[in-house]
Amino acid sequence: MEKAIRIDGLNVYYETFHALKNIQIEALPARAITALIGPSGCGKSTFLRTINRMNDLVPGSRVDGKIIINGVDIYDQQVDVEALRKKIGMVFQQPNPFPKSIYDNIAFGPRLHGVTKKSELDEIVESSLRQAALWDEVKDKLKKMAYDISGGQQQRLCIARAIAVNPEILLMDEATSALDPISTIKIEELAQELKSKYTIIMVTHNMHQAARASDHTGFFLNGELVEFATTEQLFSNPGDERTESYITGRFG
Amino acid sequence: MMQEQGIEMFKDKRKSIMNWLMPKLLFLCALVSIGTTVGIVWTLFGETVAFFKQVTVFDFITGTQWTPLIDPRSYGVLPLLLGTFQVTLIACLFAFPIGIASAIYLSEYAPNRVRKVVKPILEVLAGIPTIVLGYFALFFVTPQLQKIFDTMGIFNALSAGICVGIMIIPMISSLSEDAMNAVPKKLREGAFALGATRFEVATQIVFPAALSGIIASFVLAFSRAIGETMIVTVSAGATPKIDINPLDSIQTMTAYIVQVITGDAAHGTIEYQTVYAVGMTLFIITFLLNIVALLIARRYREEY
Repeated sequence: MEKAIRIDGLNVYYETFHALKNIQIEALPARAITALIGPSGCGKSTFLRTINRMNDLVPGSRVDGKIIINGVDIYDQQVDVEALRKKIGMVFQQPNPFPKSIYDNIAFGPRLHGVTKKSELDEIVESSLRQAALWDEVKDKLKKMAYDISGGQQQRLCIARAIAVNPEILLMDEATSALDPISTIKIEELAQELKSKYTIIMVTHNMHQAARASDHTGFFLNGELVEFATTEQLFSNPGDERTESYITGRFG
Repeated sequence: MMQEQGIEMFKDKRKSIMNWLMPKLLFLCALVSIGTTVGIVWTLFGETVAFFKQVTVFDFITGTQWTPLIDPRSYGVLPLLLGTFQVTLIACLFAFPIGIASAIYLSEYAPNRVRKVVKPILEVLAGIPTIVLGYFALFFVTPQLQKIFDTMGIFNALSAGICVGIMIIPMISSLSEDAMNAVPKKLREGAFALGATRFEVATQIVFPAALSGIIASFVLAFSRAIGETMIVTVSAGATPKIDINPLDSIQTMTAYIVQVITGDAAHGTIEYQTVYAVGMTLFIITFLLNIVALLIARRYREEY
């Protein structure tokens, strides 16, 4: 197994609230899907947002410990946060396309990072939309506002937008929780296709989604990572009784 | 028992009277401002028509001499129009960049506790009486500028323009900041997650998304600047002439109106009617500007 990320003694505080407690993950696998599960407020989203340092934007948040990607601690003083975020795409709970055309949504990232040639942008837009399985549905209306397409399509647009800057890792923060079941299945299938190219980490509220869509699963509870294992093992033979209680529906 | 409970569901007389009365009362209040506007137009209209029975619209609009109070009399409004636009342009050139920059700072950069202090202070600026700003222009700004431009007159368009600019900055920054603040956080997050810097988020996501509000603030500020009276009366002078040198004295439409109203032009004379013609011109310009702004805002709005 190729490892993408190592987490070493990670603690996160919001003001005085200790949101993540000494998280330790030896190897988060590359080019696979890792699901993070746990009840509301357990810290799974916070954990996700430390990986692309989105938590830096929260006033009063503080991080210590290490997150090592490609041998570099991303919280090192020398790290350029914008360059880091370019490498780590993120898809949010609510589809959040920019109030621009479909084309400009995809081209936004590449333009930020210096792509200006129309032909090159056209190519990126098409390949990103194809990878997000959206091209056939929108190829005739690239100039239309992104808000004119359905919620499920918007979320795939956001995935395409994230892919357009050629990231290595894709973070999905409950990316299907605002969608209908059919759109949800589409996004899960899409994730399966994308994992050959990208390391995907998804936070999900839905245990069944973790069970059917992921290769590895981490279970968070009260800011602690209770268990991290292959999905098969975690769901069939959990090593911690709290995990067992949660996945059998005794709480949460 | 059953009956008593049922009674609670019948209409309460007082409540139904209120339900009937309230919308009518509120409508009456709304009518006040509409009524005022109609009244203003009506008053302006009567005297303006009387004026244009003596001077043709063409002479008024294209004439380059404005000497309605002294012989030989001439009623060309262009000098006043130019003076007004000169001051307004200077004010906007000064205030738009500063207003937008402070709005961006307050909305995108300032920590909460800084914003809580700075925003009210900025808004206090809006409460400075304009007569004070007028004397500020005359006794502070002009002497300072005269050190740089030695040909500058005591009364000039530049100082007046700058101080009108100071007057409209709070309006621009406050309204634009409201518009930027209203842009949903999730749009910013989307851009940050793609590796955008704070500045890129502000200029490429927040600014366009808030554009309609920002344009609205510009237009309101522009209208305020055009209609501003006290500052220009005190510091820009009373010499209506076609002169684009901002260091010279000019006269604006509003300052002219003050000059005549505070003088001894008798009711019904043409001097008196010029005030209405000029006032009508001012009214039409502001009115058209607002329509243009609405169209622009509708055309460029990025709806979120």
